[in-house]
Amino acid sequence: MDETDRLIINSLQGNFPICDRPYLEVAQQLGISEDELLSRLQTMLDNRTLTRFGPMYDIQKLGGSFSLCAIRVPAERFEEVTEIVNAFPEVAHNYERDHEFNMWYVLATESPEQITHTNQAIEARTGLKVYNMPKIQEFFVGLHFQA
Amino acid sequence: MDELDRKIITATQAGLPLVKKPYAALAEQLGIDSETVKQRLRNMLDKGQIRRIGAVPNHYKLGYMANAMSVWNVPDDKIKELGNQLGALPFVSHCYERPRFLPEWPYNLFAMLHGKSREEVADKVQQVVKLLGEYCVGYELLYSKQILKKTGLRLKAKD
Repeated sequence: MDETDRLIINSLQGNFPICDRPYLEVAQQLGISEDELLSRLQTMLDNRTLTRFGPMYDIQKLGGSFSLCAIRVPAERFEEVTEIVNAFPEVAHNYERDHEFNMWYVLATESPEQITHTNQAIEARTGLKVYNMPKIQEFFVGLHFQA
Repeated sequence: MDELDRKIITATQAGLPLVKKPYAALAEQLGIDSETVKQRLRNMLDKGQIRRIGAVPNHYKLGYMANAMSVWNVPDDKIKELGNQLGALPFVSHCYERPRFLPEWPYNLFAMLHGKSREEVADKVQQVVKLLGEYCVGYELLYSKQILKKTGLRLKAKD
């Protein structure tokens, strides 16, 4: 990653134009050619410096239900419970965290009822209490990472 | 969201084409004209269905190796004001109010904190402590130990 890559990352985390030649418009602002911008973006996607390039959708505003849920899993049952939880297709992410509440997963379903049903099924299969923590208010989502 | 929006979303949620005329390329792929694609994207931006269009850096690759979920116990009648202040800090990526489960889970304000090291995150935590002041009843940091599953939040294409 060189200075030009940093410039691209730092200036392109939003506001990509919607016009016929958006890469040209951005390249001119950055003082590089359209071809160079395209090839650098491709390289940074290929080497995973960027995870993606394009529109970031607020999937909740498009419909569907989401919730962050936590379980206190006894250490000796962690692997078994991970297998049970991960097997549910409604589980989109699952993280182990360094805490007594050590399993944190995100459910993504088509309806709020399915959140409840999935958590009831997970409780039944694991015998553990699920703490369902859907967001009540969103204050901020985003972040400008400085390269 | 109608069927055309859904088609545009499923065609772009993995990314925009890296070609000189990306919206024309999308239009061709979907069998519509490029003015329609641009108009639909502008509408979704205006409605907040698209948060932004741009590059999503891999924060690990940029050296942000310490990523903690910080959870805070603040008075409910202050949460809106404090949540907005916390969310405005430059190192916070997600900030939400979530329900408490008393007595075992007293925290109602969640913020993801990012830093290049745990020391840096600890320093940022102190900035949050100072910001919340007397309203900070308690807090904890939950560092991730491992990703057990990550499929991403994607809209499914309809047949």
